[in-house]
Amino acid sequence: MSSPSAVVIARRRNPWGLAVSLVGLLGLLALFGLLAKGLSLNPRDLPSALVGKPAPTSMLQALAVLPPTQPGQPVASVGNLQGQVWVLNVWASWCAACRDEHPVLVEASRQSVVPIVGLAYKDKTDDSLAWLRRHGNPYAISYEDATGRLGIELGVYGVPETFVIDQAGVVRHRSSGAVTQQQWREVIAPLVARLKQSGGVLPDNKADANQTSKGVARGVGRATAS
Amino acid sequence: MTTLMPSGEMDARVKSISAQLRCLVCQNQTIADSQSDLANDLRAQIQQQLQQGRSEGQVLEFMAERYGAYVLYKPPVNAATAALWAGPGLMLVGGGLVMAWVVRRRARVLQGAARRGVDEQEEGA
Repeated sequence: MSSPSAVVIARRRNPWGLAVSLVGLLGLLALFGLLAKGLSLNPRDLPSALVGKPAPTSMLQALAVLPPTQPGQPVASVGNLQGQVWVLNVWASWCAACRDEHPVLVEASRQSVVPIVGLAYKDKTDDSLAWLRRHGNPYAISYEDATGRLGIELGVYGVPETFVIDQAGVVRHRSSGAVTQQQWREVIAPLVARLKQSGGVLPDNKADANQTSKGVARGVGRATAS
Repeated sequence: MTTLMPSGEMDARVKSISAQLRCLVCQNQTIADSQSDLANDLRAQIQQQLQQGRSEGQVLEFMAERYGAYVLYKPPVNAATAALWAGPGLMLVGGGLVMAWVVRRRARVLQGAARRGVDEQEEGA
């Protein structure tokens, strides 16, 4: 067959052929690398468009408040938290994953590191209250978003979701899905500490944006109203 | 200020905008097609905004501001998405050029080998 030997001759006499093959191969490997990275990303874990923007605090304040389920000194309004770092947790009594993450929040509130504000999303008041009485109430204050309108403002697409908001009222982080102990320890608590230390000014805002705890199984639990 | 219009026309406008937004719950569907709770809420929100007099562009911007560019079913064309939009075309053109070059070169080599006769073909084999 003349064809294979002709190709062999070409390779020996023409280094350009080898060069083109190499470039093509490298390009292909780069493409595969990109696709492999894409496969490793979780499409359910979307970056929040709100990071770096002010939280809709005034809209939040306008919502109805759940009466406290335990004696204590809860915060009267999220407005009182201006100048502090705080966490917003979006949850619902109909959400199974919320039950999974709840002990993490209850424990965190016991340590009083950062005030946690609850937002009951598309839930019924009685159901929310009963759920908090049963599973514990870690929230400094609980708002009700019965229609889901504030959820739209926050870019909520499932429950639970957890936001970290800095002293200036700017959203710094959003977790989609149940917050695990590891995530609280490795992502949220350090961020809160850094914000407190720096007074809300961080050198690289983007670094906190959607940092997830690498190696932690994402999507531990998530409920979508569907 | 409320815009009054026949409900058929309103539905058509809502549908047109919904078809340009991705349902983040069922991510391969648009909000027009998805029956998820979130899709229902967002369609209601679109209608409300249209009734308040907002334009299609304003409604789409409203959604993208809260949900990110991913909510737009067709990715926006900007510096960040340039690779996404231009990539396949560039690869096709690039691959085509390489193929043309390889084919032409092999044809030339074959012609050259044929001219030089049988001996060298056996040498290479």
